[in-house]
Amino acid sequence: MDDYVIEMLGITKDFPGVRANDDVTLRLRRGEIHALLGENGAGKSTLMSVLFGLYQPEKGQILMNGKEVKINSPNDANALKIGMVHQHFKLVEVFSVLDNIILGAETTKMGLLQKDEARRKVLALSESYGLKVNPDALVEDISVGMQQRVEILKMLYRDNEILIFDEPTAVLTPQEIDELMDIMRSFAREGKSILFITHKLNEIMAVADRCTVLRKGKLMGTVDIRDTTPQELSRMMVGRDISFTVEKKEQEPGEVVLQVENLSVPSRLHKKDAVRGVSFEVRRGEIVCLAGIEGNGQTEFVSALTGLEKLSGGRITLLGRDLTRATVRQRSVAGMSHIPEDRHKHGLILDFSLMDNLVLQRYWEEGFQRHGVIREGEVRGYAEKLIAQYDVRAGEGPDTLTRSMSGGNQQKAIVAREMDLKRDLLVAVQPTRGLDVGAIEYIHAQLVRARDENRAVLLVSLELDEVMNVSDRILVMYEGEIVGEFKPREVSVQELGLYMAGARRRDRQEVGA
Amino acid sequence: MKKPRRLFKGTESLLASLASILAGLLFGFVLLLIFNPAKAGDGFLNILLTGVRSTARLGKVFYTAAPLVMTGLAVGFAFKTGLFNIGATGQFTVGGTLALFGAIAWQLPWYLCLLLAILGGAVWGSIPGLCKALFNVNEVITSIMFNWIALFTVNLAINNTTVMLASSWGDVSRERTASLAKANLDAILPKLGLDKLMRYNGMNIAIFIAVLVALVMWFVLQRTTFGYELKAVGANRHASRYAGISDGRSIIQSMIIAGALAGLGGGLYYLSGTVQFTLGKELVAMGFNGIPVALLGASHPIGIIFSALFISYIQVGGDAMQPEFAREMIDIIIASIIYLSAFSLLMRELIRRAKLKRGMAQEEATVKGADGAGEGGATA
Repeated sequence: MDDYVIEMLGITKDFPGVRANDDVTLRLRRGEIHALLGENGAGKSTLMSVLFGLYQPEKGQILMNGKEVKINSPNDANALKIGMVHQHFKLVEVFSVLDNIILGAETTKMGLLQKDEARRKVLALSESYGLKVNPDALVEDISVGMQQRVEILKMLYRDNEILIFDEPTAVLTPQEIDELMDIMRSFAREGKSILFITHKLNEIMAVADRCTVLRKGKLMGTVDIRDTTPQELSRMMVGRDISFTVEKKEQEPGEVVLQVENLSVPSRLHKKDAVRGVSFEVRRGEIVCLAGIEGNGQTEFVSALTGLEKLSGGRITLLGRDLTRATVRQRSVAGMSHIPEDRHKHGLILDFSLMDNLVLQRYWEEGFQRHGVIREGEVRGYAEKLIAQYDVRAGEGPDTLTRSMSGGNQQKAIVAREMDLKRDLLVAVQPTRGLDVGAIEYIHAQLVRARDENRAVLLVSLELDEVMNVSDRILVMYEGEIVGEFKPREVSVQELGLYMAGARRRDRQEVGA
Repeated sequence: MKKPRRLFKGTESLLASLASILAGLLFGFVLLLIFNPAKAGDGFLNILLTGVRSTARLGKVFYTAAPLVMTGLAVGFAFKTGLFNIGATGQFTVGGTLALFGAIAWQLPWYLCLLLAILGGAVWGSIPGLCKALFNVNEVITSIMFNWIALFTVNLAINNTTVMLASSWGDVSRERTASLAKANLDAILPKLGLDKLMRYNGMNIAIFIAVLVALVMWFVLQRTTFGYELKAVGANRHASRYAGISDGRSIIQSMIIAGALAGLGGGLYYLSGTVQFTLGKELVAMGFNGIPVALLGASHPIGIIFSALFISYIQVGGDAMQPEFAREMIDIIIASIIYLSAFSLLMRELIRRAKLKRGMAQEEATVKGADGAGEGGATA
């Protein structure tokens, strides 16, 4: 007989105007890694929130070890040994790692914290699972990967037996992803049960035992990974075949649009420059990709390029105009558009309506305002046009509160806004981070469209697949310098990885762009 | 699609405000029962009904409400830009005093005095704005300090300008400014016969000016590119910079406007002709009362008009409770009512939660965390 720890039977959950889960059944076996696959907005997070006690379902029941349980709050979930690593970590930034782990489960004696014991337990756990952390470091000072380890340790510290991972790999580098997979496997070997929310098919194929697929709130089925293929999974998820390669026709690059000469950018963390003497150019009709492992100066480079941060040396020229000291607005008007790395911090004002966000770069233009008064009709009309043209899904159209939209649609809104500016240069920083295959395919197509419309595209990406598939030319950045330049056909993923890790570098004169 | 949503949001705020007011009134009644059970019923009726018992009382409600609307706007407007303007008191004092200087020392007509008030408040508001934008100094600290600097600068200036004092105009007191009725009749705000109509001497055009200004502020925030920029900076400073908006400039502009609003409030108050500025060591309560006014009105200009009227109404009602209740008790009761009324944010949160329990609002779940934190932080 199957040994199920958790059975969610016939779960139905309604939100105003949407049925987020429609009679969904998910059975989790003891000691298995069970993937939950679906596009953004398919109802994965809702289903997990029901299990974690954040939402109460309209219909359905939850069984644990065959007995019905009521989970009314995350505290109930905790008592049942269910733990969750959220996509956006829930850590107190100014607390130490140790304090974060014990927060809410502190051992006390006469009202006083007993941290020594907690420290021993945390260190033991960290040792036995290879979850390297420094218990005394402040969370705000440690890397995203380490923050995730802290979240995992939080679950282990509470002796959780059922571990939910909500899109855990979205923020990790390839190496960190491999480590996480190993850790997940070792949990499963110990008999812990893992629910793994994701939309990355290769990760499911690599680590999961079974996979439950949701589409638009409905259960599409549960399959054994041994008996399936990525193609089948993606068809179940999206309802059609997805092309994994990007369609692109050969094209000779045209005139130089962006020229960067000897650019250096100071670092916020240390005295040395984060970007050191970077030079390259981007021409019309080509996609140049800046590849590299996170934290090698890409973020600082883009900030300086787009005018958000000051640079310490060098020159930026756009279509022959010197923009080295120009303001953000001047750069935008001169021909630069920017899909930012962090869509919540920079890309959108989450408390504004969708239509207000869609004019964020051009509300001041004649046509959207007259004598300083915003022409709401024009803005609305323009927003409706973009929403239709770029297929942005938002429940209440232009009036939708941006915060309430799914991540994929938020990103689509940014892409729509920046594409429609029709600037000569499009800077796209990790435009597909955290998105599902459908949305990734769409955004890649948009980047190629910009190239085919004879614009210049600078793509900054951490995803090797993306780097290889989309770009016409690859620049590898390592420790703030460009250490290699390739055509995607001339180089293998493995070789690229060596350059990204700093194990190799080559003089760029050899290539001749 | 648009209409029902806006309406729904509005009702939620309104419901929350009304529920808070009700809670505040109930608590006030309990206090009355504790202080003086025999007279509690009468006293409570006084609070509730005095404002509408006579036109004179209603006139007084309007009269006190006008400067409250202005200080409420001063706090609410800054709040929309993500700033907590706790310096409305100082801006109010500087504005009011400059208006009085115009009226008494320089013998200017009322409208020029109001301009001076606006100017004074704006200058006073700009300082915390500049400190925040240029040196990233927390505006709360700066504006608190500037409340005290305002108070004592003003005292010093009036004390050293003999002509300002009531003693120069045939009164005995050296502790307060001259009565405008004696010093400069042209500086008193026009009454347009409203004082006769309502049988209340303090009734003048101030409340209309205040309402007009509130409407203008609503328009600025809601419909102009300028308001769009200010709100953008308030909601997300990073995204605003990304969009090419100068966040520093927006912060300064916002504080200048907030200061001007509070300054105008001071002008409207002291140019009524019925009050004189008293030299003292206490900050004017009118400025601080702008904070509950703004909170109760959810920082919305139109909401602020109504919340100012409510608070003014309660105060006028409180005055009528004498002599059965001591002045201090009345102040405690009124303060409690206002205090609880300002819990509308909490109420809104409770209403939201109730909805969430019924599973009605998906988006609210995501909004709740960030929203609650932001508002809570500013209230603290």
